[in-house]
Formats: sequence, C-alpha cells, structure tokens
Amino acid sequence: MSDPKTIARQVKLPLSKAIEISFRNMRVRFGRTLITVGGIVLGISFLMYVVGSEQILLALLENGPEELVDTLAVPGDEAKAQQIWLVTLSLLVAGVAISNAMLLAVTERYREIGTMKCLGALDNFVVKMFLMESAFQGMVGSLIGCFIGLVMSLLFALGKYGLVVFTVLPKGPLLSNAVLAVAAGLVISVISAIYPTYVAAKMVPADALRSEI
Amino acid sequence: MNDDPNSTEDREVVVRTRSVRKTYVMGTQTLDALKGVDLEIYSGEYISIMGPSGSGKSTLFNMVGGLDKPSEGQVFIDEVDLAQLDAYELAWLRCRKIGYIFQTFNLIPVMSALENVTLPMVFAGLGDDEARDKGVELLGRVGLGDRIHHKPLELSGGQQQRVAVARALANSPAVVLADEPTGNLDLNTGTEIINLLRSLKEDHGVTIISATHDLKMLDVSDRIIWIRDGRIDRIERREDLVLRVGELEGH
Repeated sequence: MSDPKTIARQVKLPLSKAIEISFRNMRVRFGRTLITVGGIVLGISFLMYVVGSEQILLALLENGPEELVDTLAVPGDEAKAQQIWLVTLSLLVAGVAISNAMLLAVTERYREIGTMKCLGALDNFVVKMFLMESAFQGMVGSLIGCFIGLVMSLLFALGKYGLVVFTVLPKGPLLSNAVLAVAAGLVISVISAIYPTYVAAKMVPADALRSEI
Repeated sequence: MNDDPNSTEDREVVVRTRSVRKTYVMGTQTLDALKGVDLEIYSGEYISIMGPSGSGKSTLFNMVGGLDKPSEGQVFIDEVDLAQLDAYELAWLRCRKIGYIFQTFNLIPVMSALENVTLPMVFAGLGDDEARDKGVELLGRVGLGDRIHHKPLELSGGQQQRVAVARALANSPAVVLADEPTGNLDLNTGTEIINLLRSLKEDHGVTIISATHDLKMLDVSDRIIWIRDGRIDRIERREDLVLRVGELEGH
C-alpha cells in the first residue's frame, strides 16, 4: 500500500454539491415539489391576505376621507382573535404537509442516502441536502404566497372601498409585513424538515442498502 | 495468476478479522449471524465469499466494509481497528479505503455517469478539474469512455455496473467490496463484469472481495471462502478448485 497507514477525519462538506443535488431532486420530482410548494403558498398567502387587509384598513382609518372613515367598522377583539387562530391553523397545516412530503422524500431516497454514506458522505451532508431542499421550497412558496396574498388584499380593499385605497396605501408597513411573512414561511419549512432530515441522517448505511423500495 | 499460492504469506494484509461475532436481537429472540470469524485477506487478492442465503455472508461483508459493527471481535482494514473510529473517521475510511459495488448498482439516478464517478472524489475534497479528469479516465478504463454524460437510466444494467465499478475505484481504495455484483445481470453481462474485475486486479493490483453465489466467480478468484451457519466452513484456493468446478458444472 502506498498510502501511509493513518486515518484522518472526514471534513469535506461541499455545500455547493449539496445544493446541486437537492435542486436536481426537486426538478426530477417536480410534481411533488409543486405540491409541497403549493402547501406553503396557501398558508402564506392567507397570512399575507389577513395582515395586508388589516394594514389597509388601519391606513384608511388614519388618513382616509372622513365620510368613508365614518362608515368603517373597526374589527373587534373577538374577530381579531378568530383571524389569528385561522392563520395559525393554516400555517400549522402547511408545516405538517411539508413534514409529510419530506418524510416521503427521505423514504423514497433511502437507498440513495445509504449509497452516499458508503461513498463517504457525512451525516452533515445529508442534513444539508434535505434542509436546503425544504428551505428552497419554503422560500419559493412564501414568495409566491406573499405576492398572491398581497394582491388579494388589495383587490378586496379596492372592491370594498374604491380607488381611495391607492391614496392611503401603507407601502412601508405592507412591505415589512411581506418580509415577515416570507421569513415565517421559510422558518416553518425548515422546522418541518428537521424530523425527516434527522431520520435520513441517522440511517445506518447497511440498513439503507438492504431496504427494497 | 502466476503467483505461487504460498507467496501470499509475505504480502500485506489489507483486511483482518479477529473472532468476529454478530448477534441480532429481535424482541426476545437472538440470532447469531456470525459465530467467530477469523480471516486474513492480502493486498491484491481476488476473494469470493460464498455461502447460501442466511449463512452470514452479507453480515460478514457489512462488517468488513465498515457498514456495521461486530458485537464481539475486531475488524482491521489496513491495520486500523474499525471499532476505534468515530463517525468522521469511519466516513473518511469508507471514502478513501473502501470501494463498494452493489447488486443493485445504486447509482444516483439524477446524476450522469461522470458525476456518479466523481462524487466520492468530491467527498474526498478533490478539485473539480482533477476529479473530472480522473473520472473520465476511470470511465475509459471500464469501457464507457463514450457514455460519460449518460444518466443511469439511459444505460443498460451491465453499463450501470461498469459505472459503479469506476465509482468504486474513484479514490484508489485499499479494497473493493462487491456484494453480488452479478446478481442482477444476465450470463454474458455478468461474465463481462467478472472479467473487468479480474483485469483490474491483474493490471492495477486492486484487492477485490466479493460476496456471491455466482459460480462463474470461482474461475477468477484467488481464494474462495465458504461461509456456513455463521462460520467459515472452508477456504479454498482456485488451483485446488478447478476439478470440483468441472464436476459441478459439467464442463
């Protein structure tokens, strides 16, 4: 043997490779990727619609013409609590959907993960691969959802109050809420992927190779 | 091929197992898959591990490949005791010291032949250009020089297994482990893969350990280790075996 008989620690964690592989996996399994993204789109668009509508209403109350302000009904605490409950519920559902989809992705790629481990992939690499995938889906879904929710809240406000909405449009608060909504979507996606990723990373390579899927 | 059968004694030992036992616990039942296996495999040898299903063949294979740990006893690869290694060191060892070939090829379906071959090099920290050059060279060596950009599903079974062979050689491992490498291939393709493995052993001094029950394998193996009931039943050299095979297969 030409190699010296020493053992080193595997340190290479090529992040770019992890990203590349997770992107390809999303492309190859495009249908399921769409479903996962769809789940987060629904959750985040609802969130954005609710906060967007509220921001517009508040802006109207503050700066709108008096004759309109008099006709506006300020939502009571109970209605607000109900909305918060609905939004939380929709986000939870989106999170569970992502978790489920990622678990499926892990099971489906059981052998692939085992093979990579045989080739020298660290648990860390597997973690990166799956978290990346989920984070990316969450990002795309949140951006789309945020946009849809914003447009919906604007359209509803236009229908309800007329063009006056544009004169008082609270651009700053809407934007910061949009950023928060995207961040929320991203966080939910990553949190939902933690358990499936853990399952994948802890897999014993021998088990992975024996599995018949 | 022309080695004196006794010359193995002064060659380096690549794999050594010392009274390896493996017990699986399933609820209240325990199953002794391996009941004490002592084995020495030398550098540059072509070894076949033969035995019926359930004989402990796969378990032994997994032990030697660092895929599973023995309940008792020790496994050394290149004189390193696998039990002493942590996860990072084990990953390092799997990456550089062992090449794996599987019955089901286990190529990554979303990657091209070349990318499959270079993946272990990426894990080993090789630069992109260097990895690509070496990958192209290895694919050429297994006779797939003109198919490096094909995806696994665009290749036949035999071609996929060739890619897997090239991948196993990626980091010039001390030993190549093949688990039923011909199990999913037809007679001709299987023979081709066996010949390929044999030529790698002869031309490049690669050590090959193959778990199999493909009798075609006997022809090319330096030694055949017969496993029965969790123990080594007997170890035969090919020279002593030729007659027996003749009787067995009738040619």
